[in-house]
Amino acid sequence: MLKAVRRGAKLYVVDPRRTSTCEWADGWLPVEVGSDISLSNGIARVILEEGLQNRAFIARACEGFEAFAQNVEQYPLARVTKETSVDAELIRRVARDYARADRAMICWTLGITEHHNAVDNVFSLINLGLLTGHVGKWGSGLNPLRGQNNVQGGGDSGALPNRLPGFQDVEDDAVRAAFDAKWGRPVPPKKGWHLTDMFHAMERRELTALYVIGENPAQSEADARHCHALLNGLDCLIAQDIVMTKTCEMAHVVLPATASFCEAEGTVTNSERRVQRVRKAVQPPGQARDDIEIISELSRRLGYELGLPSAEAAWDEMRSLSPMHGGMSYRRLEQLGGIQWPCPDESSPGSPFLHGRLWADPVEGPRAPFQVVHQDPPVEALDADFPLRLTTGRRLDSYNTGVQTGGYVSPLRQRETIELSPVDAKMLGVHPGDTVRVSSRRGNVTVEVAIDEHLKPGLTFMTLHAPDQVDVNQLTIDATDPKSGTAEFKAAAIRVEKL
Amino acid sequence: MRTLTLSIDGSDVTVPEGATLLEACKKAHVDTPTFCWAENLTPVNVCRICVVEVEGARTLAPACSRKAEAGMKVLTDSERVRHSRKVVLELLGSSVDMSLAKDFAPLRQRYGADPKRLAGETVAQPVKIDNDQFVRDYSKCMLCYKCVEACGTDAQNTFAIAVAGRGFEASIATEHQASLGDSACVFCGNCVGVCPTGALMFKTEFDLREAGKWDESRQTVTDTICPYCGVGCTLTLRVQDNAIVRVTSPSDSSVTGGHLCVKGRFGLGFVGGRKP
Repeated sequence: MLKAVRRGAKLYVVDPRRTSTCEWADGWLPVEVGSDISLSNGIARVILEEGLQNRAFIARACEGFEAFAQNVEQYPLARVTKETSVDAELIRRVARDYARADRAMICWTLGITEHHNAVDNVFSLINLGLLTGHVGKWGSGLNPLRGQNNVQGGGDSGALPNRLPGFQDVEDDAVRAAFDAKWGRPVPPKKGWHLTDMFHAMERRELTALYVIGENPAQSEADARHCHALLNGLDCLIAQDIVMTKTCEMAHVVLPATASFCEAEGTVTNSERRVQRVRKAVQPPGQARDDIEIISELSRRLGYELGLPSAEAAWDEMRSLSPMHGGMSYRRLEQLGGIQWPCPDESSPGSPFLHGRLWADPVEGPRAPFQVVHQDPPVEALDADFPLRLTTGRRLDSYNTGVQTGGYVSPLRQRETIELSPVDAKMLGVHPGDTVRVSSRRGNVTVEVAIDEHLKPGLTFMTLHAPDQVDVNQLTIDATDPKSGTAEFKAAAIRVEKL
Repeated sequence: MRTLTLSIDGSDVTVPEGATLLEACKKAHVDTPTFCWAENLTPVNVCRICVVEVEGARTLAPACSRKAEAGMKVLTDSERVRHSRKVVLELLGSSVDMSLAKDFAPLRQRYGADPKRLAGETVAQPVKIDNDQFVRDYSKCMLCYKCVEACGTDAQNTFAIAVAGRGFEASIATEHQASLGDSACVFCGNCVGVCPTGALMFKTEFDLREAGKWDESRQTVTDTICPYCGVGCTLTLRVQDNAIVRVTSPSDSSVTGGHLCVKGRFGLGFVGGRKP
């Protein structure tokens, strides 16, 4: 992004906090936490008001425009400014620059998706892309920046409750038939549960055994106390990981695994859908075994012989069943330095961008739908008992619950803190380094104070990187998005007390 | 793409418009030494080891940044070029510890350079060790500016370092000579990744070398993908005795052009930290 900025691209940053990216931006929009839809709809309204929409694109490739336009009519700048706290002129400038740009991109991360209305937040951004035609073209588009090196690949290969490899619908009989034939066993015909569904099923005692691979829910889930109670209530918890995580400590069985990026062969898929090879560089310690070996052994003991396929053999099987991976042999992945899906056959160079079909004449496939979405503030409103907004996030040198980054001493890492605005710190009578108790309706932690001079009054910030020191998920709320299942990590109501 | 043709050492070579003489030399299979040039950095042409003779020009031209022109006649092994490269090698070799600079010894031979001829003042100074990630041994620094470029506009946009001082006092420095931890440094290590002389070195490598245990014959080099975020940077893992001792990234990587962040470069301790 900074390379593009240096070449003259404009950059606007929408973030309640002033991040280092803002230093390079043409404008910083310090939105209120959870006001994203108001902002998007407000930008859309300005674009329409000034006639900057891409009429030709909307007419040829989209549907649902009228209802969308009617809806955003309810978001005049006076309202949007009130809800977002962003200056009206700045919003107008963003709308004009985005709409008038030859090519423009919207990139986002968890600030959009860790909300109770995550999917609607994303829809509101997609609407802007469709409105201006900034989709389906080189250098344009909508880009969720992935936070893990293979979160894309996990979903691509069927680690989703309703999908088989290649995003194929598990409830489609024809799709399942191909897998049934390959595996010689019927694939369950109904979709399963996503993470949040699973926790609800644990509450109902419908789910009593859990096999966790490479995830640390004991520390990564919102409302940790509730999560622990559910995990402790399981009849059987199996944890497969590379280090002894908190989840492993709670498990009945721990299966030590290899670090897949350097102790095993395989592939990962990055944020731009590029499938890339990972290779074995070191020997794993002790009894740690390759994930494929563990799963094969488990399967054998459950009565189904998988053999012991190499990573490449497993990959080739997936290529034979997932059309979008068809042309990605290991040989080609090596030659081309990774390939972006879809890549249906060995003559395909892969696809640097998606949705180009919307520009084909006539448009290929279904039209792209506008979505009507409404501003809906965080589930937990601020009140006299819990008057401050806690938003959680990450720091450059650390990663999630610290399972991996806990293994090195970073000179950038400070002690875990709660960041307060100067105004709130003064009102509370606290100084940097003071210890405070932070409480929400679900739990409390004690933590040191730091001051972020750019934070607006009422907003506080913590990370989830050091749960052994400060378990921030004691505070977070497990209000989840009904479609994605993601919890509202970005917005809890808290109280801070000087100790 | 428009092309142009020029002559290098008497042979015609055709390159795309905008190509440098270095690229033209490469195309003509003429081996041209470089220290301060890297394919993922903007040329600063300070080291002068890549100079070539362009017919009709008063001075020698740095091949790394001089653009090729149609009809240009270039000599890469003339007496002037050989002499200039020899003196550059002698100036560097007499004042800077070039013992770990790749290709320095063979180049000395190739150009008959004798640094002892100019023996005298040097840039020798104590090694700076102020963090667990990398050390700075400016006795080995030839001021090629690569680290400054990588810290600045070419990669990290952090601007933690610049050249301070003049003459033999000139060195790469943080603001007010602060320790790296107290500077703007974000420990991406992209400076270490581009350093051609070993002045910037992984702490793991430095410690092994100090203990006399660094042994490249026992090392393997494997490309894989970073275990952290979704960018998908290629990591080149150098492994000795089953431990990762250095992490770099190929400069021709399509994803990040060889640059990494602190997690991928220095945050892999969890792999070796596990007890069997």
